[in-house]
Amino acid sequence: MAVRDYIRERFFPHIWCPGCGHGTVMGSMIRAIENLGIEKNNIVVISGIGCSSRICGYLDFHTLHTIHGRALAFATGVKLSRPELTVIVPMGDGDAFAIGGNHLIHAARRNIDVTAIIMNNNIYGMTGGQYSPSTGYGDLATTAPYGNIDQSFDFVKLALGAGASFVARTTTYHATSMIKILEKAITHKGFSVVDVLSQCPTYYGRKNKFASPVDMLKYYKTHTTPIGSEAKEKNPDLIERGIFAQEERPEYCVEYDKIIEKASQRKITNGKV
Amino acid sequence: MKKDIRFVQGNEAVVEAAMYADLDFFAGYPITPSTEIAELLSYRLPIKGGKFIQMEDELSSMCAIIGASLTGKKVMTATSGPGFSLKQEAIGFGVMTETPCVIVNVQRGGPSTGLPTSGSQGDVMQARWGTHGEHAIIALTASNDQDVFAMTVEAFNLSETFRTPVILLLDEVVAHTRERLIMPKPGELNVVKRLRTSVPEGTDYHPYLPREDGRLPMSDFGGGHRYNVTGLAHDMWGFPSNNPKIVYGLMRHLVDKIQGHTKEITRIKEFFIDDAEYLLISYGSSARTALHVVENRRARGERLGLLELQTLWPFPVDVVQERCASANCVIVVEMNMGQIFYEVKKAVDDPGKVFLANQIDGSFITPTDILNILRIIQGKGA
Repeated sequence: MAVRDYIRERFFPHIWCPGCGHGTVMGSMIRAIENLGIEKNNIVVISGIGCSSRICGYLDFHTLHTIHGRALAFATGVKLSRPELTVIVPMGDGDAFAIGGNHLIHAARRNIDVTAIIMNNNIYGMTGGQYSPSTGYGDLATTAPYGNIDQSFDFVKLALGAGASFVARTTTYHATSMIKILEKAITHKGFSVVDVLSQCPTYYGRKNKFASPVDMLKYYKTHTTPIGSEAKEKNPDLIERGIFAQEERPEYCVEYDKIIEKASQRKITNGKV
Repeated sequence: MKKDIRFVQGNEAVVEAAMYADLDFFAGYPITPSTEIAELLSYRLPIKGGKFIQMEDELSSMCAIIGASLTGKKVMTATSGPGFSLKQEAIGFGVMTETPCVIVNVQRGGPSTGLPTSGSQGDVMQARWGTHGEHAIIALTASNDQDVFAMTVEAFNLSETFRTPVILLLDEVVAHTRERLIMPKPGELNVVKRLRTSVPEGTDYHPYLPREDGRLPMSDFGGGHRYNVTGLAHDMWGFPSNNPKIVYGLMRHLVDKIQGHTKEITRIKEFFIDDAEYLLISYGSSARTALHVVENRRARGERLGLLELQTLWPFPVDVVQERCASANCVIVVEMNMGQIFYEVKKAVDDPGKVFLANQIDGSFITPTDILNILRIIQGKGA
C-alpha cells in the first residue's frame, strides 16, 4: 500500500508546524507497519495530549486520542481486553514522562505488549513552549525565562530501570533506521519504548538558538552516536542511539491467559466455588 | 424451582449483579469500603474468561475500563470518595466520547481521607458535577441487597442504552451490611446488549451520528470500522472541531440525550405516599431508617409516607413535584448537609414546606435522629 493509503487525508491540513519532526515520525511509523504487513483493522493507536498526540486524527487505524499522560492506561485496557490487536502508543515527552511517568513505569513492569513511541522534542509544544522533563539544565522555555534548573531525565535509563524489555533511541535525522527500529519495537512481544528525538523548531529551537529545523536535524546527526561507539568513548557527552535492550520476558496478557486457564478449572455451584 | 438465597454484603450483591449483566472487564484499586468488589471480581472474572486488573491508581483504572469498553466489552470499576475524586477527569472523557461504563462509588465520610469506615452520602453533588464542563450524568443508588442487585444491572443497561458512564452511588452501610439476597434467575431481569452498527465494512461509519431514535450504534475497536475517538469537541467522524455549529450540536446532544429522557431513567419506590401528610424523601441506607420511621408511625395512625429515590441524576423533578403536591410537609433524609434537599426544594411548588433530617457525624442515621427533627418541625419541642 502507498503511504497515502494509511492517512486520513480528509482531515488535512494537519496542525504541525513547517519543520516539525513529528511528520517524519509518522512517516517512519507508517512505513514500518507497511513492511510488517499488519492489517489496518488490527491496529489501535492510542495517544495522549500534545502536538505528538494529534497524530491519531491523521492515521487510518482504530485511533484513541485520550487525556494528558494517560495513554498507556487506556492502552492497557485495550490490549488486555483484546490481546490479538497491535497497540501502538505515540506520546510526547511531557505526556510520557511528566504526568504519565507513573503509567509508563507500570506498563514496563507488567511487560504488556504495547509499543510506546516517545516523540521527544524536549518541550511542551502545543501549549506554547514550556519546559518538559527532557528540556535540560540551562535551556530556555516560556516557564523558565531565566534558564531551566530542572535536570532532565534520560528516558532510556528510566525505561531500563522500570524493566522495559525493549528500549531504543533514534532521531528524526535517522528516519530510515527509525523504520527498522520501529519494526523491531512493534514486533517485540512485550513492552517496547522508543525514544525519538524530534525537532520542535517553533519553540525549543527558537528559544535555544537553533536558527532552523535543518540546524536541529544537523544537531541530531552530530550529537548522537551508535551505542558503544569509539566516538562515545572519546566524547561521553554524545547521546547514544540504537537498541539498548531486547529481551524475552513473560508478557502480561499471556500470563493472564494462564490465570484464566487456572481459574476455569474451578466450578461454581450454589454460589460456592 | 427452589429459590437461590444468599446471605451476602452489598458489595457482594454488586459483584453477583455485574456478573449477571455480563461484565467482561474490571480495573480497580483497593479502597475502603469498596475493596471487596475488586477482590471478589479478581476471583470470579477469570473463571468465565473475563479480565481483571489491579491498576497502579484510581485514574488509570478509569482509563483502562474506557479502553476496554471501546473494544466491545462491558466494564466496571469500583471506588470510594478519594478515588472518585481521582477518576473525575477520565469520567468526563467517558461522557464526551459516549463510552458505556459503570463506576461504583461506595461513599464514606469525607472530605479528603475523612472516615474510611463510616457511611455518608456526601458525594451526591460530586457525582453530578465532579467532572469539569457542562454535561449530564446518570447516577443510581439502592438501600438493600435486592435493590443493589437490581440497580447494578440497571446501571449497565442504562449505560448501554444511553452510551454514557453511569455512577452507582452506594454507601458503606449498604455495602457492608450482610442480608438476604434472592438471586434472580437467568432471564428474569432484562440485560441490555450493546447496540452495534449494521453499516457494512467498507462503508463510511460515523461513530457520533445519532440515528433517528437518538441512539448511536457502536463499532468495536478491532472490528471492521476505523474511526477516531477524542475528548476534544468533535464532529460526527470523531475528528476534533471547534466550529460553533458543530459544537452546539454536540453539547445539546450530550446533555439532551440524558436530561430529555429523565422519565425513562427515573427509578423510585413508594411507601404510603397517597395520603401522606408528612412525606419523607430518602435514598441509599438512609432510606432504611426513614422507612422504619414511616412504618412505625403508620402503626400508630400517623400519616407518614416515604418516597425512596433510586435515580439521583438526572434528578426526577416532575415525579418529586407531583408526589409532594398534597403533603403538608416534606422531610428529606440524608447523611450530608443537604444535597438532594436543595434539589427537592427547587422541584416543589412550596419550598417552605421542605425540611432536612440529617446525620453528619459518621454514625448511621437512626429513627430517633429523624423523629427528633420531626418533633421540632411539628412544634413539639426537643
